[in-house]
Amino acid sequence: MPQETNIPNKSILTPFNVVAGIIILAGLVITVLRFTKGLGAVTNLDDNNPWGIWIGFDLLCGVALAAGGYVTSAACYIFGLKRYHSAVRPAILTAFLGYALVVLALHYDVGRPWRLPYPIFLSPGTTSLLYEVGLCVFLYLAVLFIEYSPAALEWLGLKKVRNLIVRMTLVLTIFGVVLSTLHQSSLGALFMIAPSKLHPLWYSNYLPVYFFISSIFAGLSMVIFEGTLAHRFLHHKMDATHLRESEGVALGFSKAASFVMMGYLSVKLIGISVDNNWHLLFTGWGLWFLLELIGFVALPAFLYSLAVRERNLRWARWAAALSVLGVVLNRLNISVVAFNWYLPSAQRYVPSWMEIGTSIFIVTLGVVIYRFITTRMPIFYEHPDFRHDI
Amino acid sequence: MGVTRRKFLGWVGAAAVGTTSMMVPKARAASNKHFEGYPGSFGVLHDTTRCIGCRKCEEACNRVNDLPSPARPFDDLTVLENPRRTSAAAFTVVNRFESDAGEPVVFAKNQCNHCLEPACASACFVRALRKDKTGAVVYDASLCVGCRYCMVACPFNIPAYEYDEPLTPRIRKCHLCQFRIEKGLLPGCVETCPTEALAFGERDRLLKIARQRIDKFPGRYVDHVYGEREMGGTSWLYLSPRPFNQIAMREDLGVQPASRFTSGPLSAVPIVVGLWPVLLTGIYAISKRKDKIAQQERIEAVATTVADANDEMKTKMAELKDKMTREREAMINLEIKKALKEAAEKEDA
Repeated sequence: MPQETNIPNKSILTPFNVVAGIIILAGLVITVLRFTKGLGAVTNLDDNNPWGIWIGFDLLCGVALAAGGYVTSAACYIFGLKRYHSAVRPAILTAFLGYALVVLALHYDVGRPWRLPYPIFLSPGTTSLLYEVGLCVFLYLAVLFIEYSPAALEWLGLKKVRNLIVRMTLVLTIFGVVLSTLHQSSLGALFMIAPSKLHPLWYSNYLPVYFFISSIFAGLSMVIFEGTLAHRFLHHKMDATHLRESEGVALGFSKAASFVMMGYLSVKLIGISVDNNWHLLFTGWGLWFLLELIGFVALPAFLYSLAVRERNLRWARWAAALSVLGVVLNRLNISVVAFNWYLPSAQRYVPSWMEIGTSIFIVTLGVVIYRFITTRMPIFYEHPDFRHDI
Repeated sequence: MGVTRRKFLGWVGAAAVGTTSMMVPKARAASNKHFEGYPGSFGVLHDTTRCIGCRKCEEACNRVNDLPSPARPFDDLTVLENPRRTSAAAFTVVNRFESDAGEPVVFAKNQCNHCLEPACASACFVRALRKDKTGAVVYDASLCVGCRYCMVACPFNIPAYEYDEPLTPRIRKCHLCQFRIEKGLLPGCVETCPTEALAFGERDRLLKIARQRIDKFPGRYVDHVYGEREMGGTSWLYLSPRPFNQIAMREDLGVQPASRFTSGPLSAVPIVVGLWPVLLTGIYAISKRKDKIAQQERIEAVATTVADANDEMKTKMAELKDKMTREREAMINLEIKKALKEAAEKEDA
């Protein structure tokens, strides 16, 4: 008798579920605090440091790491690289969840979240780069939802709507790339308004270019990184096509990432030369800058190229993890570390544990929803009714 | 509640958002126009050599703006021992600057400088901040989303935020007592200043007065009117006996208004919106056409191979037929010969 009741209990109380449950519970507590006591009670933000990790990590990193969606769909549908087709759905799903969570995180950070539609529908401030970001993220979230929807519609068995949406794939993909180019770059351009606050090594007229290029290899690396995790935990959900193509995806994306990162390095060097910032490289800030550029861009780029030459999947995965960390480091450097660099250390911002907790909570929410969807809907496999039907 | 004009216009704007407003950002990167402030707009000249650090301006500001009373009263001058910045509860603060070289102590009042082309207004994505014709940079809390990008953008670190308001936080900053100016009154701080360290008037006139003072007493002032050109010019102007960076006023801000820093990336928007779809469709078409040609070539190759094989087969068949016909003829001839021979033998026999 007790054995019978234990079986369903056991299937719910897995270590993953317990940990995720605790994090989500803690997140809900912080949520209540945020919306009853205000930002002051939960964050370490102040008048000199109005943006913390909820912008630096949740928004900037969230958007950059969700770039896999537009990169993969562009590779497959625009550049005609059909052999990456099985990577499109997981990438689109990650992107959709990523953007949805970015918008959720914004609800914590801004003062009156229900007014977030105001700039778009009521009083557009078109001189602001934040307006461009807001409009593009809003539109792109809608595009990603439509791009993701065939998986849900197949699951629900709604064939007609599904076929209608699949026919719009190309238009949606192009629209997605346009919107991504705009807001990925604008997130960097946001900081161009404050040359007096951002350290000159990170401030550049090329900030939008840096952000756009780094979003490409962030997206490529995230697809590889996420594929690694998916293979470990969701292997049983993958069909033969996905398994057969996955190595090709990882190595092909490694090759692309390596090239793009080399391009990024060149543009960075041009940026340093244009502003003649060479002398700053030999300061403490310079070392930190070089660590970001050499340790987390040049090194993984080299590792990627080795991985491609030797057809070594392990190296590709290490390179992907390093690149993802590098993009996170870059975004945090620009928004938090090198921002207000001139202020005395007592006036600098360090995130509170509740800010970090909220960010972890939101990432966990993403992982849980990702798992819910991938274990139910045709993401890693083709739905039997729609096989070979794009 | 009916549809207000603003709402209606907002909807119309939103409908056109995908095209017009993205295409026409109000950025003038390539133009040579320079905005020098609304004609006849007001400002304040702060002569720090006259300031005695009495904090009367802070008190007046607190009173006319109904701000919460501070923990320590305004006549407590020990507050000046630590440098302060503006906050949600104090739109203006006076700071005290000692000098090592035995020069006299300088007091300087700090508040919103009311830029001619404000960084905050340029950064605001909901137009909650704008430069008013009076010269004031004013804020509309009924629009504000609370994103705090204005605080990121402000080079003078002026706007403050009500971090302890959970649902209705506002940006708080000096608004040049715009509501008093419109009634013909002086800003609270200017009205109360006992030493005329603050002078209110048209910005153009204040600039002239400042220049005259520097000319008249060259030993008393550094030869610079702060705010004349900083960040494109500000409505508040400052005179100082010491270099401005010694009284916590940054001298490295440059003379470009903040909107110039972002006009470049904004002007890239139409390029991306216009060119990307063309380029991407082109790439798609090329890759599609390549596939099609490859497919065609494959079909043709198969067809020619099949045709070649057929031809070969035909010739072989023909050869074979020929051979067989010949063999059969030979056989027949042989048979005939044989029959003839046999017949001849029979006849002989």
